[in-house]
Amino acid sequence: MTAVSMAGALNRALADALAEDPTVLVFGEDVGALGGVFRVTDGLEARFGSTRVFDTPLAESGIVGTAIGMAMNGLRPVVEMQFDAFAYPAFEQITSHLAKLRNRTRGRVSLPVVIRVPYGGGIGGVEHHCDSSEAYYTHTPGLTVVTPGTPDDAYRLLRDAIASPDPVIFMEPKRRYWSKGEVTSDPIPMNRALIRRPGKDVTLIAYGPMVATALETAEAATEEGWDVEVVDLRSLAPFDDETVCASVRRTGRAVVVHEASGFGGYGAEVAARVTERCFHHLHAPVLRVTGWDIPYPPPKLEEHHLPNVDRILDAIARLQWDDEVVEVRGA
Amino acid sequence: MVPTRELLPTAEPLSLLRKDGSPVEDSPLAMPDDDVLLELHRRMVVGRRFDTQATALTKQGRLAVYPSSRGQEACEVGSVLALREQDWLFPTYRDCVALVTRGVDPAETLTLLQGGWHLGYDPYEHRVGPQCTPLATNTLHAVGFAHAARLKGEDTAALVLVGDGATSEGDTHEALNFAGVWKAPVVFLVQNNGYAISVPMSKQNAAPSLAHKGIGYGVPSVLVDGNDAAAVYAVVKEAVEAGGPTLIEAITYRIEAHTNADDATRYRTSDEVAAWLDRDPVDRVEAYLTARGLLTPERRAAVAAEAEEFAAGVRAALNTDHEHDPMSLFEHVYATPTRHLREQAAILAEELA
Ligand SMILES: Cc1ncc(C[n+]2csc(CCOP(=O)(O)OP(=O)(O)O)c2C)c(N)n1
Ligand SMILES: [Mg+2]
Repeated sequence: MTAVSMAGALNRALADALAEDPTVLVFGEDVGALGGVFRVTDGLEARFGSTRVFDTPLAESGIVGTAIGMAMNGLRPVVEMQFDAFAYPAFEQITSHLAKLRNRTRGRVSLPVVIRVPYGGGIGGVEHHCDSSEAYYTHTPGLTVVTPGTPDDAYRLLRDAIASPDPVIFMEPKRRYWSKGEVTSDPIPMNRALIRRPGKDVTLIAYGPMVATALETAEAATEEGWDVEVVDLRSLAPFDDETVCASVRRTGRAVVVHEASGFGGYGAEVAARVTERCFHHLHAPVLRVTGWDIPYPPPKLEEHHLPNVDRILDAIARLQWDDEVVEVRGA
Repeated sequence: MVPTRELLPTAEPLSLLRKDGSPVEDSPLAMPDDDVLLELHRRMVVGRRFDTQATALTKQGRLAVYPSSRGQEACEVGSVLALREQDWLFPTYRDCVALVTRGVDPAETLTLLQGGWHLGYDPYEHRVGPQCTPLATNTLHAVGFAHAARLKGEDTAALVLVGDGATSEGDTHEALNFAGVWKAPVVFLVQNNGYAISVPMSKQNAAPSLAHKGIGYGVPSVLVDGNDAAAVYAVVKEAVEAGGPTLIEAITYRIEAHTNADDATRYRTSDEVAAWLDRDPVDRVEAYLTARGLLTPERRAAVAAEAEEFAAGVRAALNTDHEHDPMSLFEHVYATPTRHLREQAAILAEELA
């Protein structure tokens, strides 16, 4: 099998879904002739025609609001938000309607809508192009939120998201669009976390863009003599307590990593859940390595914001290896 | 599609019946058939009785809140009766009378306001979208729904109801634009009842009329007397048959306060209300039909009796105490309950045991 980029894997997932299910539609801003600003929809309009793959007027609330109406009428829209921060105009439609209509109608209305959101930094983007907006969505009951860390998962998770009867926020780590890997499409349930690297000393819990960084950290940690396990969450909501807690109970130590700001962030939920469920197995508090609690920085300074190998190694070093009191920093 | 439909509305609202019930001779609109007019009258009388009953039930504590549409029956009923069986209605919180006119069970219509659940009816049963409280959000659902129908090769139009205040929301503009670009078969009916809670038109809009906004989106627009049921029926019917999008502004008035919780004396005078009571939509049709000899005293009495019976049914349904199962809180959040919610449900079940 040949390696494919994450963008290519996503493109293949869209194409296969469009080919298999005539109710699937792909639309958004510049997804037609251009193929999307990240080329994820490249060639789809030409192949499937402009009634199934099309450019919409430039309005995010309009894109999601009309997708809701189309889903009510039996279609399966897959819509693209051009960048993380440009999905905010659609927030009302997502939180007040998309997430709630199944519940409001006691299951009579199903909204199988997928919203693809390229997110995160590390690409030298200017402001409004690098937000990590996942916690806004994970805090909203009724939404499923998933994010791939590899091309293989990009294909698999997107196919599963499109097949899901529930609305799915599909967060695409844009700095990994060009990372390559094989697409196997082995069946792994969408709501399960995966152990990307087994280890026995400490569990690194990561997702999306930070999976690769966590794996790099694990390699570097061998030099310090730490055997690091890396868990890729894949599904942020629902959260796979089982896989994560089994890992932490084995290792007794955990660090959660994400790009988004830490305060009130997704990692806080992970740390709380792990602590609640694994307290007696823990040798140290669960630490978080996250972006600072600042507006996303300009491109020339983003390297100081984003979690990196050194910062994660530093957190691992503070996990009471010698029965020292842990210094909680920054969080 | 009729390509020659006007993008700009007329300067004066289109009408068929004057406020005293006399017909407008040179109206460009087609007067509905006699049986339609009789049906408009019947459903307006029943709708109004439902509305006053709901207001009374609110005072008795049976409903948490009720936004009355008294005075707006020509819009609520005229527009819905102009729909075909296969068409869809996308209503707001104000439009309970439109819902019951469409055939939605009155108790199911009031479930939201009674507080038992967020919505009581099955949207697919009568082709009525969920009532939307976030202003103007339903406009986009209507456009998406109608566009999907078009893609599926179905002849279905969507009628979306919004208020004058809601036309200031971005979603209204996005929806008009999407509908214009997609040529989606959507009828936008703006019920301009003069106020958004307390805020008058003058603070909401600088255009000559709300209907003028259509031209910016390439959407044919119509200004109509919203207290003239015959005219509302005629313009909505024409818009549905035209096939593409239409923006209709209907000039009407909310006789009651915004909801029972509102004090309308803080922002409008009783003289203003009295002037609008004089232009009552039900009286107008009644006067016309009576003068034509179509509304006989017997029929009038029969309609009144039907309205009373309808209200009695609403009272009976709403005065019955229902059990609300706390465990149902965890249902239908996702298609399949998540493990996480099953765990929380178990905790609540323990609390209840
Ligand atoms: C997005 C949003 N903002 C504010 C409100 C609160 N609110 C409810 S009704 C209303 C006034 C709406 O006026 P209008 O659109 O003219 O409709 P009417 O109530 O007169 O029928 C307001 C401000 C809301 N429901 N949704
Ligand atoms: Mg109003």
